[in-house]
Amino acid sequence: MKEESFFEKENSIPDPWDLPLETFDVSKAEIFESNLHGEYFRRLRKESPVHYCPDSQFGPFWSITKFHDIVAIDSDHKRFSSDTNIVIGDAEPELVTPMFIAMDQPKHDVQRKAVQPVVAPTQLSELEVIIRQRVGNILDDLPENEEFNWVELVSKELTTQMLATLFDFPFEDRHLLPYWSDVATTSETVGIEVDMNKRQEVLQECLAYFSKLWHQRAAEPRKFDFISMFAHGEDTKDMINDPMEFLGNLILLIVGGNDTTRNSISAGVVELNRNPKEYEKLMSDSSLIPNMVSEIIRYQTPLGHMRRTALEDVEFKGHTIRKGDKVVMWYVSGNRDEEVIENPDAFIIDRNKARHHLSFGFGIHRCMGNRVGEMQLRILWEEILKRFDRIEMMGEPQRVLSNFVMGYSNVPVRVHKK
Amino acid sequence: MTKVIFIDHDGNNHQINATQGDSLMEVAISNNIPGIDADCGGLCACGTCHVFVEPNWLSKVGERSEMEDSMLEYTESVKSNSRLSCQIKISEELEGLTVQLPEEQY
Ligand code: HEM
Ligand code: FES
Repeated sequence: MKEESFFEKENSIPDPWDLPLETFDVSKAEIFESNLHGEYFRRLRKESPVHYCPDSQFGPFWSITKFHDIVAIDSDHKRFSSDTNIVIGDAEPELVTPMFIAMDQPKHDVQRKAVQPVVAPTQLSELEVIIRQRVGNILDDLPENEEFNWVELVSKELTTQMLATLFDFPFEDRHLLPYWSDVATTSETVGIEVDMNKRQEVLQECLAYFSKLWHQRAAEPRKFDFISMFAHGEDTKDMINDPMEFLGNLILLIVGGNDTTRNSISAGVVELNRNPKEYEKLMSDSSLIPNMVSEIIRYQTPLGHMRRTALEDVEFKGHTIRKGDKVVMWYVSGNRDEEVIENPDAFIIDRNKARHHLSFGFGIHRCMGNRVGEMQLRILWEEILKRFDRIEMMGEPQRVLSNFVMGYSNVPVRVHKK
Repeated sequence: MTKVIFIDHDGNNHQINATQGDSLMEVAISNNIPGIDADCGGLCACGTCHVFVEPNWLSKVGERSEMEDSMLEYTESVKSNSRLSCQIKISEELEGLTVQLPEEQY
């Protein structure tokens, strides 16, 4: 058991090994904010890998915590539906924004296929040139000899610029993208209290802005950006007539590419600083970067869970999951499954089979932007190694409050130029 | 042992003696054939073990399952002879099986 006293003293979060399993509840966002979820999931994997929590602020739910069980549920889209809700909490019906990550076949397939070409591997070589240039500019502008927040100046800025590129979004307004993303993910459905009406207002502004862009793109010839692809897609060109669906898909593409990549960028700095030997390995061999990128994404697990709803009664590992039950696949736990990943709590940049992780999900909803995300991280670290001897973390990072987004709001650093 | 041939995207031939019962994906991975990622480890859930089966072999390697069809739908370069190599089991009948690798896995 790890740092027992830590649980009671520093937090109001109880030691998971002292709690009864019958009422064990891993859904509290504070557990993740305090970075204590690891021990909670270790207990579940060990003693109750398919676990039913009868009562939580989100109602009853199943927790799936082992790697292969998660893949099994994620691949079983006929019995475990993504329809409408894909995080642990249900959205209020009038606030539901349909998006293809939260749809089943056949509609999911149609909408995904319409935009997928924007982030397909062959498209990426063109994108790579632009991204490398922008990464270079961001790194060259960093302050020297002073402490700053890596999240704000690098993680957020770089992800924002990449999103602006993928949407061909007016560059001077690009800060709106992370703003909208933050508003969209700050929701009661992932355990954060907010004014849901104010939230809706901001999202309407987002919709209005993009509707204008849509009409411009629809009137121009088809290009390779998300809006143009939707506007000209045979099966998606009427999406604008269903504003909530349009908004939903925008949010999906903004959020999908925003928090995830942002937090992977931050996590790299955090983990390399916590593991100086790994940092040394990297400095002496830059060819480790692609493998390290996969390890960062596994280790961080930027999205902690996805949720499904059972469409029928299902016998699963000796349990009966009832029709209508919520089933939460905890990727953040599966990525630490000691039966599938050797020494899973260690961050090892030259790890064998580093790509074998759950962070992008599996099955028909598997992350559409995984190659773009990986590419961004790879380019970033290539450019960092050209410029800096070290990105030094100056204090403990601050994690965000959510059971869904595993991320950082503050990573204080100082950079040491070559 | 069964002889199988991978033709990588640059046109190089890799001739391998494969163990019967292994999947074609496992054969590729354990012989370091470039161009197969196999992120899900053979569970037909990622689509990153995509190969093109030479047309005269298509009937011998069997049919795609529904799940395999779904996963292949999202790969960029899918063709009628596309298969996920983790879903092809090496057997005696496959002596000489030849597959091509796509430019990229997705
Ligand atoms: C490290 C970076 C990223 C991580 C960890 C990540 C993670 C995920 C996960 C867990 C899913 C759901 C998988 C499932 O339900 O089985 C997903 C879906 C998705 N992601 Fe990502 N993502 C990342 C980057 C991106 C980027 C850069 C984009 C777009 C530019 C993107 C767009 C999407 C979309 C559109 C979906 C929905 C796919 C579907 O439902 O078919 N993601 N992502
Ligand atoms: S290895 Fe994932 S589908 Fe074949």
